[in-house]
Amino acid sequence: MQNNHLTWIAPVKKSGLSLFLVGFVVFVGMLFTNNFTLTESALSNAVGNDSHRQLIQPHLSDLIDTTVSNKVTFIETLRSTFSEYNNTLNDRYTISATDIEAIMSEVESLGHYELAILDTVFSGQNDAGIYKAKKLSDYTGWLAGPQGKPLSEIEQIVNEKSAEINVNVSDVTNGKRIYDYDAGQYLYAITKNASSGVVAQNVGLFFVLSVLLGTLGALMYIIPEKYTGPAGIKNNNVFTNSATNGGLIGILVTVFLVVVYIALYFFPEYIIEWVSLVDPMFKVLNGSGAGSWSIYGFIYTLAIVVMGVRMFIKYRHSNYHIARTASLIFFQSSFAFLIPEILIKLNQPSTDLKNMWPLDYDFFDAWNLDSLSSSGGIGMFILVWGITLFAVGVPLFTYFFGKRWYCSWVCGCGGLAETAGDPYRQLSDKSMKAWRIERVVVHGVLVFAVVMTGAILYTYFTGVKTLAGIDTYTLRSAYGFYIGALFSGVVGTGFYPKMGNRVWCRFGCPLAAYIGFIQRFKSRFRITTNGSQCISCGNCSTYCEMGIDVRAYAQRGEDIVRSSCVGCGVCSSVCPRGVLKLENGTVDAVIDQSKKDETVNIVQVMTAEEQKALVS
Amino acid sequence: MSKLVIIGNGVAGVTVARHVRKRSDMEILIISSETEHHFSRTALMYIFMGHMKFEHTKPYEDYFWKKNRIDLKQGFVSNIDTDAKRLTLSSSEQIEYADLVLATGSKSNKFGWPGQDLPGVQGLFSYQDLELMEDNCQHAKHAVLVGGGLIGVEMAEMLLSRGIEVTFLVREDRFWGNILPAEEATLVQMHAESHGVKFRLETELSEIIAGEDGRAKSVITTSGDEIACDFVGLSAGVHPNIDVVSQSKVAVGRGILVNDYLETNIPNVYAVGDCAEIQVPEGRNRIEPLWYTGKMQGEALGKTIAGDKTEYIRGIWFNSAKFFDIEYQTYGFVANAPLDNISSFYWQHPEQALCIRINYQTDTQVVTGINTFGIRMRHEVWEKWLANNCTLKYVLQHLRDANFDPEFYRRYEQDVINTFNAQHADSQLSLSPLHWLTKRFTREQAHAK
Repeated sequence: MQNNHLTWIAPVKKSGLSLFLVGFVVFVGMLFTNNFTLTESALSNAVGNDSHRQLIQPHLSDLIDTTVSNKVTFIETLRSTFSEYNNTLNDRYTISATDIEAIMSEVESLGHYELAILDTVFSGQNDAGIYKAKKLSDYTGWLAGPQGKPLSEIEQIVNEKSAEINVNVSDVTNGKRIYDYDAGQYLYAITKNASSGVVAQNVGLFFVLSVLLGTLGALMYIIPEKYTGPAGIKNNNVFTNSATNGGLIGILVTVFLVVVYIALYFFPEYIIEWVSLVDPMFKVLNGSGAGSWSIYGFIYTLAIVVMGVRMFIKYRHSNYHIARTASLIFFQSSFAFLIPEILIKLNQPSTDLKNMWPLDYDFFDAWNLDSLSSSGGIGMFILVWGITLFAVGVPLFTYFFGKRWYCSWVCGCGGLAETAGDPYRQLSDKSMKAWRIERVVVHGVLVFAVVMTGAILYTYFTGVKTLAGIDTYTLRSAYGFYIGALFSGVVGTGFYPKMGNRVWCRFGCPLAAYIGFIQRFKSRFRITTNGSQCISCGNCSTYCEMGIDVRAYAQRGEDIVRSSCVGCGVCSSVCPRGVLKLENGTVDAVIDQSKKDETVNIVQVMTAEEQKALVS
Repeated sequence: MSKLVIIGNGVAGVTVARHVRKRSDMEILIISSETEHHFSRTALMYIFMGHMKFEHTKPYEDYFWKKNRIDLKQGFVSNIDTDAKRLTLSSSEQIEYADLVLATGSKSNKFGWPGQDLPGVQGLFSYQDLELMEDNCQHAKHAVLVGGGLIGVEMAEMLLSRGIEVTFLVREDRFWGNILPAEEATLVQMHAESHGVKFRLETELSEIIAGEDGRAKSVITTSGDEIACDFVGLSAGVHPNIDVVSQSKVAVGRGILVNDYLETNIPNVYAVGDCAEIQVPEGRNRIEPLWYTGKMQGEALGKTIAGDKTEYIRGIWFNSAKFFDIEYQTYGFVANAPLDNISSFYWQHPEQALCIRINYQTDTQVVTGINTFGIRMRHEVWEKWLANNCTLKYVLQHLRDANFDPEFYRRYEQDVINTFNAQHADSQLSLSPLHWLTKRFTREQAHAK
């Protein structure tokens, strides 16, 4: 249009988008490429617990050494084998009427009772058969041999003894049950070990065709924006593009993200191709290879970097956005991504040093406390650091700089929201109703986090497993499931394209709620309104990712002090009258009356042209 | 209970209603033919450009009106009977009032150009204008804008966002020449040109030509040139919309005549905002078609109607605008041309679109006003400097106190001082130290009220 010499921009952007989509299709498509062959060795590598392996192995005999190309079939057969195993455990270990019938028919043909009968009858019943034969041998050994007892008496004794044995069946089955947590681990490990396919054999090629191609495409789409015109706020067509106005593309992206998050949290065995894609990289980083969360951490970091580049370009006129975006990229790529992997390589307890309780809700879990306190200097440092950060660091930094020092400069969730989430910031609900819900929910989560942590610490120090009649472990699992997985992941990030990029931070993050208290009641930070210059246009409120109705304050000439404000500074940037400024302290307009009348010796006044000549 | 009726739901009328409600229980009714709810007129351009949806431009959520017992009626007032204190709507409904506020706003200027009412020719003031512009731009490729002012720049920005080429016809020798001095006007013009706007300076519209489809197909300028276009934007200012009182006893000039209390010649009838013409006994009557003044007038009038008679005092003048990416603020008075006993210190960045002009009295060196482009200034500080008659030296040395740019922005106070010093070899100024440490730890912190 206006810049005819920039005709290259549209084709480059279009090709970039195409490359990105190709990369995306390859990335998703690779999930359907593996074959699955369950071998003995795959099984023994996957199920480290010998007794569990011996228990489950006979049930998997149909799968052994057969190749399945359909991932769903393979995984769901495995899953149902495990649940079938658990569900039928008591039945299988119960001596049934059929068992007794079989015993009695042997007794009839033999004329008396013999222990060898038991071996014959139970030989086809695997582990349960061995158990039942053993128990009956113990209970009916005295009955064996030709003792001349009538068959009816033998039958009665076998029935009575079987009933005695069956009463206590759970004594044995409890020990043989494979609980959901272990089953989940085995399911993932078996699937991983049993799988083979083009991705694992051609990691380099697939990495180039998916991740690198997608990244290249994204950058080709992003970078030309820099050359489309002068720097400044460009929000043209935000509300006419269905990707950014909550329309069809937004809904499709939401569905995709939700599915991915559900897979990550609950069905990681479905994304093993992705794991193998980054396995070599993580072998280098941490010495042991990738897990299901590795691909997440990698893509998450990559998204922050690539979309961070977009931030650098979109807000190239604003050093504030450039500085905080650089900070977010730094903290994500080092503290969240590299350092924890390197700590693993060094055989040290691994942690994201910028994350903290209560966002990091498992910090006070028994296993973490034990691991940190028992692994030397670095472990103790992480423990003390983690406590100091939220107990001292948060109040101190928040007093001086407001919540933003963490939420829009350091935090990983904030990092994703401020970069990959930036195109969605206008979708947050600004209504009073949404604010009411926000306050109840976010503070509710904080209370939940505090109570949960208090309970598990109580258990940790006293060894008592229940508090006020509630099992502390149940409380902790409920938090992990509902808040940790469903809220922060599936809803918090999955719904970016429908509810804005700070869904989690605004409605769910307990750390944000805690920092928010300090910001609201004891901080120098506020957004200053410049006199009465607000024209109520609504850009500030529209582009506030936290759903603050900034205009409601600005049009009354009031400063904005809100616990939820993360200080991203976008309201100030989009304001067409420059009315808003993020500040860490007041500036009083005090006139020094003794100096206000001083004059200077003015000889001449230069024109602009003369000045330019002088400067250059 | 007495009833206040306000005609017009723009910022002036709504501000009256809000301030009356703060102080009084009287029944309040706002009548508007434009939209059901009050919206920010200044944001119309952002709806067109896709930055916002209409709902985002409403400063108050829809429940606000009921909660504050401000009744709303969509209708068009066709007659005002000030003797019977009764309004007649075009639907023939009749409404009695005790107090009447006229807040009918502006209309776009049309100077009798041939073809000015053709399809494809329009101004931009109301929500209906926005809808019309949406229609008119469906297939437009080239637009001509007549008159270089704020609305013109807004329309240019809107049109360019749709890939429509823009040619500006500007009557003066520079952009917004009746307000801006030459340097600032050039700065804005160059910036607009970098966005693709074409300017025709000292050029006026003479005629708009219709094509075979009856729509505007070209304009002819006073210099005889014909410019092909499929959209003509009339942005040569606005004038008060006084149609509603044309059949009534309310006195009018260019606008509805009022005194400093915004009272018309008829008791209990007031006018506020764009449509009001404030009578100045010795001098030119004032019409102030600005958002800020509409709001300030509304506040004063609201108090008056609620029983606390308050004069509308304009205070230290200020205004602000945005020209594409350049923000503009002005405090005090900066004329578009040199005045007697007023000198001007002007600084401009050698490359970027940034400049500051500080005007002062030549004899006393008391600062009288500032224009600033691309650098935000703190309203309160400038207001105090101007109210306290601070001198140029004082202002320049304390310029840092007035900066309102976001954190981490490059600061230019030292450049400004250096420029001044380069011009005045025998009066070297230096910036006053920025007591950041004491400021950080000693000043009391202000919270929102």
